[in-house]
Amino acid sequence: MATPFPFSAIVGQDEMKLALLIAAVDAKVGGVLAFGDRGAGKSTAVRALAALLPKMKVVVGCRYHCDPDKPAEFCEECRARAAKGVLKSAKVPVPVVDLPLGATEDRVVGALDLERALARGEKAFEPGLLARAHRGFLYIDEANLLEDHLVDLLLDVAASGENVVEREGLSIRHPARFVLVGTGNPEEGELRPQLLDRFGLSVEVRTPADLVSRIEVVRRRDAFESDNAAFVAHWEKEEAKLRKKIVAAREHLASVTVSDAALERAAKLCMALGTDGLRGELTLMRAARALAALEGARTVTDEHLRKIAPPALRHRLRRNPLDDAGSSVRVDRAIAELFG
Amino acid sequence: MNAAPAWSDAIAAALTFAVDPVGTGGVLLRSRAGPVRDRWLAVLRAALPLAQPLKHLPLHIADGRLLGGLDLNATLLAGRPVAERGLLAEADGGVLVLAMAERLSASTAVHVTAAMDAQETAVERDGLSLRLPARFGVIALDEGLDDEFAPAALRDRLAFHLDLNDISIREAEELAVDAEEILAARPRLAGLRPDHSQIEAMCGAAAALGILSLRAPMLALRVAAAAAALAGHSEVEQDDIALAARLVLAPRALVFPQAEPPEANEPPPEPPSDPSTDDDQTDTEQPDLNQAMEEVILAAVQAALPPDVLAALRASAGRSRSRSHGKAGALQKSGKRGRPAGVVRGELRSGAKLNLIETLRAAAPWQPLRRREAAATGNTARPRILIARDDFRIARFKQRSETATIFVVDASGSAALHRLAEAKGAVELLLADCYIRRDQVALIAFRGQAADLLLPPTRSLARAKRSLAGLPGGGGTPLAAGLDAAFALSDQTRRKGQTPTVIVLTDGRANIARDGGQGRPRAEQDAIAAARQLRAAGITAVLVDTSPRPGPSGEMLAREMGARYLPLPHADATTLSKAVKASMG
Repeated sequence: MATPFPFSAIVGQDEMKLALLIAAVDAKVGGVLAFGDRGAGKSTAVRALAALLPKMKVVVGCRYHCDPDKPAEFCEECRARAAKGVLKSAKVPVPVVDLPLGATEDRVVGALDLERALARGEKAFEPGLLARAHRGFLYIDEANLLEDHLVDLLLDVAASGENVVEREGLSIRHPARFVLVGTGNPEEGELRPQLLDRFGLSVEVRTPADLVSRIEVVRRRDAFESDNAAFVAHWEKEEAKLRKKIVAAREHLASVTVSDAALERAAKLCMALGTDGLRGELTLMRAARALAALEGARTVTDEHLRKIAPPALRHRLRRNPLDDAGSSVRVDRAIAELFG
Repeated sequence: MNAAPAWSDAIAAALTFAVDPVGTGGVLLRSRAGPVRDRWLAVLRAALPLAQPLKHLPLHIADGRLLGGLDLNATLLAGRPVAERGLLAEADGGVLVLAMAERLSASTAVHVTAAMDAQETAVERDGLSLRLPARFGVIALDEGLDDEFAPAALRDRLAFHLDLNDISIREAEELAVDAEEILAARPRLAGLRPDHSQIEAMCGAAAALGILSLRAPMLALRVAAAAAALAGHSEVEQDDIALAARLVLAPRALVFPQAEPPEANEPPPEPPSDPSTDDDQTDTEQPDLNQAMEEVILAAVQAALPPDVLAALRASAGRSRSRSHGKAGALQKSGKRGRPAGVVRGELRSGAKLNLIETLRAAAPWQPLRRREAAATGNTARPRILIARDDFRIARFKQRSETATIFVVDASGSAALHRLAEAKGAVELLLADCYIRRDQVALIAFRGQAADLLLPPTRSLARAKRSLAGLPGGGGTPLAAGLDAAFALSDQTRRKGQTPTVIVLTDGRANIARDGGQGRPRAEQDAIAAARQLRAAGITAVLVDTSPRPGPSGEMLAREMGARYLPLPHADATTLSKAVKASMG
């Protein structure tokens, strides 16, 4: 694929960009779901993220790109390597793996290497997309159109962080922890609630309605298309700045404190909205902390909670047939009541 | 508009598309099959250089053929995996023709649009992981009537939307096209870029026409560049911009531009999230010039657009959302019945149907490996083909989901007086239809203070009849409560995998609010809010106005509900039943 459009050159779409940055700072927040208008730049933003992310350290030769600094999370192969001696490490770009809708199951979870089986009659495991996405991002465009049996597979792996494959008498398990990123258009169908729940943050994407930003979008797109390299070079400074911000936020993340008052506010907000389960509260806290880290703050404040509550909670509300207001409006209302 | 300019525009679209098939995305050709369409296609064929293949995509193409996969024959012969290119990759460098695009399924359409966006196909199938170039233009042949359309995601990416239905064969002159001219225009394309003021004017015009998607102005600008290249202009000129606006923006227009300068002072009514743009935001560099150009563009669009066409367009845009949940029931994947919908690896459990060919295909590549293993373990009883559990491929089927028809009957005093008996009769007839189609039916009645679910979804005709016969009349008209109940029940049936259709029989004179309070204005407000919920959820609905003099109030309610409106001033039960059937049909 050609050079992606620079992340910092995307006009508007602040909520979506923020959600992606938060996921980049703390993968534990869970994935990002971006639903909304056609042609508003959802896919562009996700693909731009790949170029933006700082490189990560991996074990040389490991097919699952294990982190050399985290021996507890090694795959079996790396354990064997580590037992033999010192692991060599290298820096590689963070994978942003596309899961195309027409993918078959064997390519998603991995299967026997067909070439080696045919040519040499050997049984060898050929890792699939889940292995490729380990420690990175797995991107599903039009997530609402994904086949049910693939959704089931994803749910299973996303919950356990491990992919287990049993094929031809071969038994493989390898770590598969990835940030799920989905985009889609709500008019083409809704997402299954189980999958919806897996996404930490859910953002609504609207085409900018004011003329000035609409013109800016088209103008930048035109500049990008007419001279790809020059456009990317022009934005490289901004990209580097943003990249630095992510790196700083990651280092800073552990030291961000969350006061009891903030915890209580988060809990109250979730109660007021009647979100199911604890996942909402946990995500809200994690995302607020990542946001604080991004902004260089030491503690999580009401401002952070207020900013991140809509994407963290709007997809967890129970449907209320008597309330025709959208879920975003309901979250905003609850925030206004609680925070004044 | 007479049709001759329409034909010349259609030809202009064909030629401009031929200059830049990939950049402009393609053409949505709304037309019945016939000589006019054939003639247009012939012009296009003549305009495209011979090296560019036209690939036809059949409606029910399997994913394997569309995306590509493992070529089993070649693989077994060669002893190494050999990939088979899918249709999308084969169309690279050419033009993909989608027949009957109005019936294209969302899942097929999404593969096409993904390839259009990335200009390549990502194949992750049958143990292969490939990326193949797929740069093509699309011709979508849309034979839809009324409110049938090609998938919106596809339409959005096609620059040209043509309608040939109103062009007669006499007007569709044949035309000699010089493919050399097209070929000569292509190299010129790279140097042609719209300037800033043209970008601004095109965006402004699109906004004034109520076009929300940003792809429209982008595509229009590319079309303008292609038109300039074709005309041999050294830069994009006003004429090119005007032509592009006419071809790309006009068919997408949702509102008529205002007479006063359309510099976004007037937010278009259609998009819901439209903020009223403040004057201080429009700090464009050369406002006078842009405004002048924008006016030229809008004039060009207006000339191509008679108001009645616009009204029809707007109506269709409003309906297109609910269309996907048609009466016939949304498509559902099911294990056992229906039309074939591909195969999936699976267990041979009860009811699963083994797809023998696919199972053998899956087993074939592994035969040498398995034979060797079998020999090694001393297993001498050798079957011809060694099939393992992993190979089992289960056929999947698509099935139309059941429809649940929800009747919402106004049993208030005002309705009862006039025509409750007729409404009852009509419902009985409709019940019989539902019974024939094995649809489920439910009955909600509202009167007095609230709505009651008289009959939860059932197939029992007898029960439905009984509860209908016992339906008393009289009291206030809590219309909002009735619609709320219908919405709640629709939501519930949808979650069960059924497709709800709501049929409301009312005189539209709400006088009880949601909280049970009296008063017409508040009751009507609540009723409209409740109606909007139904539209927002995209539920198919029919509103039968049973008042003796059907008026604007019923019509307005139907509009808010996104429902078909059937005024029935003096109809007996049979007419009513017929009318409802026709509109559902």
